[in-house]
Amino acid sequence: MNRKHSRVLPVLTVVLAIFVLWYAGAVALNAKWAEDKATRANITLSFPQLVADTWSQDKPKLPTPHQVAREIWKTTGAMALRGRTFSKRSLIFHSWITLSTTVLGFVMGAGLGILLAVGIVHSRAMDMSVMPWIIASQTVPILAIAPMVVVVLNAVGISGLLPKAVISMYLSFFPIVVGMVKGLRSPDRMQLDQMRTWYASKSQTFWKLRLPGSMPYLFTSLKIAMAAALVGAIVAELPINQNGGLGARMLVGSYYGQTIQIWSALITAAVLAAVLVGFIGFVQGATLKRMGMAQ
Amino acid sequence: MPDIVVKADNLSLTFQTNDGPVQALADIDLTVEKGEFVSFIGPSGCGKTTFLRVMADLEKPTSGTICINGVTPEEARKSRAYGYVFQAAGLYPWRTIGGNIRLPLEIMGYSRTERAERVKRVLDLVDLSGFEKKFPWQLSGGMQQRASIARALAFDADILLMDEPFGALDEIVRDHLNEQLLKLWAKTSKTIAFVTHSIPEAVYLSTKIVVMSPRPGRIADIIDSPLPPDRPLDIRDTPEFLEVAHRVREGLRAGHAYED
Repeated sequence: MNRKHSRVLPVLTVVLAIFVLWYAGAVALNAKWAEDKATRANITLSFPQLVADTWSQDKPKLPTPHQVAREIWKTTGAMALRGRTFSKRSLIFHSWITLSTTVLGFVMGAGLGILLAVGIVHSRAMDMSVMPWIIASQTVPILAIAPMVVVVLNAVGISGLLPKAVISMYLSFFPIVVGMVKGLRSPDRMQLDQMRTWYASKSQTFWKLRLPGSMPYLFTSLKIAMAAALVGAIVAELPINQNGGLGARMLVGSYYGQTIQIWSALITAAVLAAVLVGFIGFVQGATLKRMGMAQ
Repeated sequence: MPDIVVKADNLSLTFQTNDGPVQALADIDLTVEKGEFVSFIGPSGCGKTTFLRVMADLEKPTSGTICINGVTPEEARKSRAYGYVFQAAGLYPWRTIGGNIRLPLEIMGYSRTERAERVKRVLDLVDLSGFEKKFPWQLSGGMQQRASIARALAFDADILLMDEPFGALDEIVRDHLNEQLLKLWAKTSKTIAFVTHSIPEAVYLSTKIVVMSPRPGRIADIIDSPLPPDRPLDIRDTPEFLEVAHRVREGLRAGHAYED
């Protein structure tokens, strides 16, 4: 009980601070527009009137939390109640598109990352030759690569979900490689010597020592990779925005100055990320507990 | 000749390090017969652990020969002729005690029923029955080390190589484990090679004590213990025991072990 309290209180404090700053920021950023409007109409605004105006504009520079919340409800729950859950205007529809790209890209990235890590740990040649390329791959701006991936894959007849998932994979495999290389190398000299005294084969050493030993590292990098996969999916939706998705929603919003729409897509993406990372955390807890390694 | 388990002739080992070559072992001649309990004692850097690792084929000698059960250490390792107990218990935290003991048995391809039966047997042997389902962190350091000895015993190797297995434990636990180890040795009639820092431990346990001196690591003295095989802990207060201990100490001093 006590521990729960001590965790909830700091979180609530931070949330409260964010809200205060957010509302204050909305006043500061939106005040100019409110004042200009008032000047044109030849009226002077009292401070409460000014604040009320800055918190209720149609296209504010910074929308307030309650405006964003109302927009999110309007495009999710309210639409679902009217039976239009997967309408093109629904955030649930767009989230679903982003989610499927993210999950597919994440699975591909995790697979590729683990394979590369296994290769790097077992082959010195691969360690020397592949690792620098992997690091270099991450220094290339993803925004520059994304349209090229789309064009190239389209040219060979691949379109739809896969090109976006490839971009998502491009971002998510990296933390997995790095984490898994470290994890697979975590057994110490003594543990490897011990395997040698039992005349264990390389594959036995891998399955019985290296792989289970790497689990804590794997889950940590899976969490980072999941967040990266979501970023990749959103970036990929910018050049392929006709298919929808939260990234497309943000882009369209910015075309028309629909800041409330941008922010609601942004918040939805953040919630999506939290749910996905939380899910991995749950699997991690369950797995490590089963392995007897829970802290 | 079949009774000779370890035979080293003129064995030397030089490590190539960044600071130039370091001679870890020089001109080691040693014969160990089946069923002996041999202790290697000496200060740090005398090569006692290195010699144990040579026997286990974890290091290759630079010159000279060594035979384990009449074959090379590599062949002995591949035929799983020895069990090795390291300084740290080295139990896998993600496996239960039973699972840890099963590990070498899985690697060596024993059947499921035989694994279960052997795990039970060696757990009895080290007095850990009932702890099969516990995880290593639920056990004390002494119990973990006993589990690691059980693991080395599980596949019935004739030779047990032990590298300061009780070095990290306190003296009370160590006394208890020494007593248990002697009983275990009597029950299983294995050949045991035991590396230690402690003179009383070496004298109490061994039928043969190999005193080593450093730089380069070589044998200063080999003492065949006159003590009877049946040794209660009290034996450490008898004149015979003190005499052997004295000879070990002399051997260590003769090797200039503590020169400035």
